[in-house]
Amino acid sequence: MTSTATAPPETAPAPEPTAPARPARRHTPAWLVLPSLVLLVAALGYPVGWQVVTSFQHFGMMQQFGQPPEWVGLANYASLVTDPELWVIVGRSIAFCLVCALSTVAIGLGLALLMGAVSRAGRLVLQVALLLAWAMPVVASMTVWTWIVNWRNGLLNWALERVGVDAQGHNWLVEPLSFLVVAAVIVVWMSVPFVALSIYAGLTQLSPEVLEAAEIDGAGGWKRLRHIILPLVAPVISIVLLLQLIWDLRVFTQIKLLQDAGGVANETHLLGTYIYQLGTGAGDFGMASAVSILMLLLTVAVSWYYVRSLMKEES
Amino acid sequence: MSRILGPASSRHSTRGSTRRSVLTVVAVLVALVWAFPVYWMVNSAFLDKATLQSSTPTFLPFGGSFDNFATVFGDAGFIRALGISLAVTLVTVAAAIVIAFLGALAISRFRFRGRRSFILALLLIQMLPAEGLFIAQYKMMSSVGLLNNVLGLALLYTAAVVPFTVWMLRGFVAGVPVELEEAAMVDGLSRTKAFLRITFPLLAPGLVASGVYAFLQAWNEFTVALVVMTEEQSRTLPLWLRGFVQASATRETDWGQVMAASTVVAVPVIIFFLVVQGRMSNGLVGGAVKG
Repeated sequence: MTSTATAPPETAPAPEPTAPARPARRHTPAWLVLPSLVLLVAALGYPVGWQVVTSFQHFGMMQQFGQPPEWVGLANYASLVTDPELWVIVGRSIAFCLVCALSTVAIGLGLALLMGAVSRAGRLVLQVALLLAWAMPVVASMTVWTWIVNWRNGLLNWALERVGVDAQGHNWLVEPLSFLVVAAVIVVWMSVPFVALSIYAGLTQLSPEVLEAAEIDGAGGWKRLRHIILPLVAPVISIVLLLQLIWDLRVFTQIKLLQDAGGVANETHLLGTYIYQLGTGAGDFGMASAVSILMLLLTVAVSWYYVRSLMKEES
Repeated sequence: MSRILGPASSRHSTRGSTRRSVLTVVAVLVALVWAFPVYWMVNSAFLDKATLQSSTPTFLPFGGSFDNFATVFGDAGFIRALGISLAVTLVTVAAAIVIAFLGALAISRFRFRGRRSFILALLLIQMLPAEGLFIAQYKMMSSVGLLNNVLGLALLYTAAVVPFTVWMLRGFVAGVPVELEEAAMVDGLSRTKAFLRITFPLLAPGLVASGVYAFLQAWNEFTVALVVMTEEQSRTLPLWLRGFVQASATRETDWGQVMAASTVVAVPVIIFFLVVQGRMSNGLVGGAVKG
């Protein structure tokens, strides 16, 4: 709409000999954008709309069998807001999200600094290991981790036995707290590589002259880190923290698969699995839609800053 | 560049190099911990059931065999899931490349009304969690009869990857100077021909990167598949793998086979991932890293 730096020169009114072709070209961008628009409206826009509408309806088992849904206004939201279970789940999701995102960024920053301080070979080994963990498909990672924490003959209990903890036959998935700790460890393990490698990429942009100057001025390792390195990579850190918060709020696969592997379901739900259980388990689409809208609003609120920063880059 | 925290000059070289060696050892240990689950998957894939069930773990696959892999490839359920995953993934990759390419062309080569809103919408949509939408998507697919349908799932996947692929390709299209095309047009090529002969080949790496991105998403996706592929007959590979996890809750599992199956699912992903990793993270943190 407004003129931007990326505006290509070809759209400027340059005198061209092929004047008759002009009117046709005015519609070109519309035709180019059309497929994406149609697709996004059909596959995402329509469901969002349906969800908004359904969140104001009573849409339960009877409606599944063809009975028309009944308008209930804000009743779904009202019963959600007054439902203590929902608040427990919202609280648990936010706590899980914060713990995972903050530990991921802390560990990621540590590993990025480590990569900056070691020899070339050491760095390469660490980068390869992180890339391997990052590349693992989430379901394959989950099968390995369920095997590692398996109570019958998993590696975790064996290792704990070796260091003197009586863990034989202990099932870590039946207690809500240890279940969530296992889930958090897995989520952090999966997320750290992206954070560490992104922050390291930011570190490599620092100019050696600045660091050298600081050293000549007598700044020790800690001072250089605190006053020079961290402020300079702060933009990267805030972006990856934001992305982690968004991603960890929606964590679903890890929780669902750990529940499948024998975990307690009712006391370990996060927002995603709760919606799934409301919708496909209990068949209460009205309530499921209302919780979904809540989750979308939470995500959009957190994403807004991220999207704004990307838009700044664009213009 | 390589010595961000190390001494910048050689004044403390002895002290610095001892510190560096210690830290290198730490880095290698961390690397071992991080790669361990991947190693454990591959290691267990070669071992038989009896070995895996013994009370002491076997850390090296000596005496292992390819039996577990043979079992996986002989499993009708695996072959069917593989076929479905391949079909969904191929349709998603092809559709995403074409649609995203057109969209990227529009936002990087043209200035039009609504351009900024379109980009804003793409970026916001990209952040929408599937978990906040899947109930509605399930209802939609069931009302148009597309549950358990490869094309239906591919439709949802394509919509999920198009925003990011448009965003990623936009950089590539913008990177090809329009002057190149114009020069070719001065030399007598038509606009379309100039585009096909000059710009298109230069975009190839970008198209490959977006294709691989779409591949990874469609191949790995679990959540949406769980919701819309409700029948056992229409399971994708991640859903098929989930079957083992579920079974492990109630009965003794042949972990060797599960790990072999996981390895088979993971290997193509790891290879493709290493190809595009740099471009993907650039699309995500872009300006922040450069700035």
